Amino acid sequence: MMMIFGVPMAVFMGQLTLGLVNGAFYALLSLGLAVIFGLLKIVNFAHGAQYMLGAFAALLGFRYLGINYWLALFLVPLVVGAFGVLLERFLLRRIAHLDHLYGLLLTFGLALIFEGTLVNFFGVSGARYATPEIFQGGLNLGFMFLPTYRAWVLVAALAMCLFTWFMIERTRLGAYLRAGTENSQLMQAFGVNVPLLITLTYGFGVALAAFAGVLAAPLYPVSPTMGSSLLIVVFAVVVIGGMGSILGAIITGLAMGIIEGLTKVYYPEAANTVIFLVMILVLMFRPVGLFGKEA
Amino acid sequence: MAESQPMTAPSAVVERQKRAKFRRNMFYLALIVVGLVAPFLAYPVFLMKVLCFALFACAFNLLLGYAGLLSFGHAAFLATGGYVTGYLLASYPGLTPELGIIAGTLLATLLGVVFGVLSIRRQGIYFAMVTLAIAQLVYFMFVQAPFTGGEDGLHGVPRGELFGVISLSSNLAMYYFVFAIFIFGFALIQRTVHSPFGQVLKAIRENEPRAVSLGYNTDAYKLVAFVISAGLAGLAGSTKTVVFQLASLTDAHWHMSGEVILMTLLGGVGTLLGPLMGAGIVVSLQHILAQSPLGNWVSVILGIIFVVCVLSFRSGIIGELDKMYRKNFK
Repeated sequence: MMMIFGVPMAVFMGQLTLGLVNGAFYALLSLGLAVIFGLLKIVNFAHGAQYMLGAFAALLGFRYLGINYWLALFLVPLVVGAFGVLLERFLLRRIAHLDHLYGLLLTFGLALIFEGTLVNFFGVSGARYATPEIFQGGLNLGFMFLPTYRAWVLVAALAMCLFTWFMIERTRLGAYLRAGTENSQLMQAFGVNVPLLITLTYGFGVALAAFAGVLAAPLYPVSPTMGSSLLIVVFAVVVIGGMGSILGAIITGLAMGIIEGLTKVYYPEAANTVIFLVMILVLMFRPVGLFGKEA
Repeated sequence: MAESQPMTAPSAVVERQKRAKFRRNMFYLALIVVGLVAPFLAYPVFLMKVLCFALFACAFNLLLGYAGLLSFGHAAFLATGGYVTGYLLASYPGLTPELGIIAGTLLATLLGVVFGVLSIRRQGIYFAMVTLAIAQLVYFMFVQAPFTGGEDGLHGVPRGELFGVISLSSNLAMYYFVFAIFIFGFALIQRTVHSPFGQVLKAIRENEPRAVSLGYNTDAYKLVAFVISAGLAGLAGSTKTVVFQLASLTDAHWHMSGEVILMTLLGGVGTLLGPLMGAGIVVSLQHILAQSPLGNWVSVILGIIFVVCVLSFRSGIIGELDKMYRKNFK
């Protein structure tokens, strides 16, 4: 059997794909955080809870309304995103003129509310969401066995990341968004409806989180606390990459997933902590983050 | 004494400052008297819990209220203080509680230096995320470390005898010890805030570039504030462990970092008494809710208070009272 640095090839590649899949989630979530941060200048602490809401919406939609996976993948981001629009319109907007730390605190409070409410109804143990028929089984790549669903998650997450990148960098709406990130007052003076743009941006960021949640539902146990621990890792990813660029967020997310996966192979004890250690290293040598702009 | 000395500054200003200082001192005196009588009016263990969390919140407030830094990782210091003290007292029976507490506080202070050096490099929102991430690292270390008892935590930490003489097994003796620690921490914070150092901190909070241009090494000031805050948070954790004779992962969890923010915000950020009041309210609320049918909804209710505070109550209770007082009586 082929070995890589004293580890069987299949184990190595298995953890590598696992890491890549995790990295795809980091990328999707840190992308959403970056988009929201760009225009609203707040860190959306409810991002993890909104990801969790996405997974729960898929689960409950299937259980009570018979909504299948594909429909959920389309509908859930819309519904949760609309919910995000309401949150922005009625809560976040009221504190937009204040220190941005208040936005962090407000969204933290919201995260506690969402998480706590669902814990009361569903407990913390987590439920299973069946993998869609078409993705049962896996592909035999010769050197390893790749579960089809993981391959799909990787493709879907990357496609969504590229779609977001395209929307922001190559469309008129995206140009408005980038201009608003630079100077929203000037934008308003030019007659762009900035408050609407802000609302839609927040809704889009939340929808991205919900999309990630639906993708994650067949992969991990769906539980109310699934988002919060993930979010802290994503924060570390954001600090490592810096929130300056879209591509930076995607690359950092994937890279951190891979590093985490490889740590599981070679030094499993540190698998939980390796991303935080990388963050500390980055802070020591490049405090603005790998892709961050100098202040 | 003071009356006989000639006055050099405009007398009215000096007179007013003196009066304010006198009022403040009388107020603190009254607070101490209340603290001394309290254990005869309320359950001492509950009061000790309030005092430990109040010290924790006061330490946190030194950082947020006076240096303008929002740390989302203060649970790490509380837990470090608690675990170190708990481990030492449980494994070395000869050790007296005050030495255990000093050791826990010192280690939390050291950890504060590490946290501070790393996180001071980023500001505002990044500062919050960095402290949260490092605290999560500490949390995972406590989960895996052999001496913390993992998910179970440390139990049966002996209270021991203070200075090897006074037994702390009675709740009343323990209470007065905790009260003395709280007064020490509170006085230290009060002294820091009203010192020239505290004034520079406020200047940094209000306008950091200007403080830099005036020649202050703002990073050094922020670091010192962070370390003092971490040390006092550790002191709170160490004391809590001795009181309740246990240390657990709950103290290290990020929920705890959120709770201390809530206590400070609810009572009033940047006020000296706010954190004490906030801690009192949050601990009482948890106590009352735990016995009511709403017991499972604690975290939701805390979340709602958070949202309400941020939306319409940003100065906190003490801050709002202060505003009302200024409007009506000045």
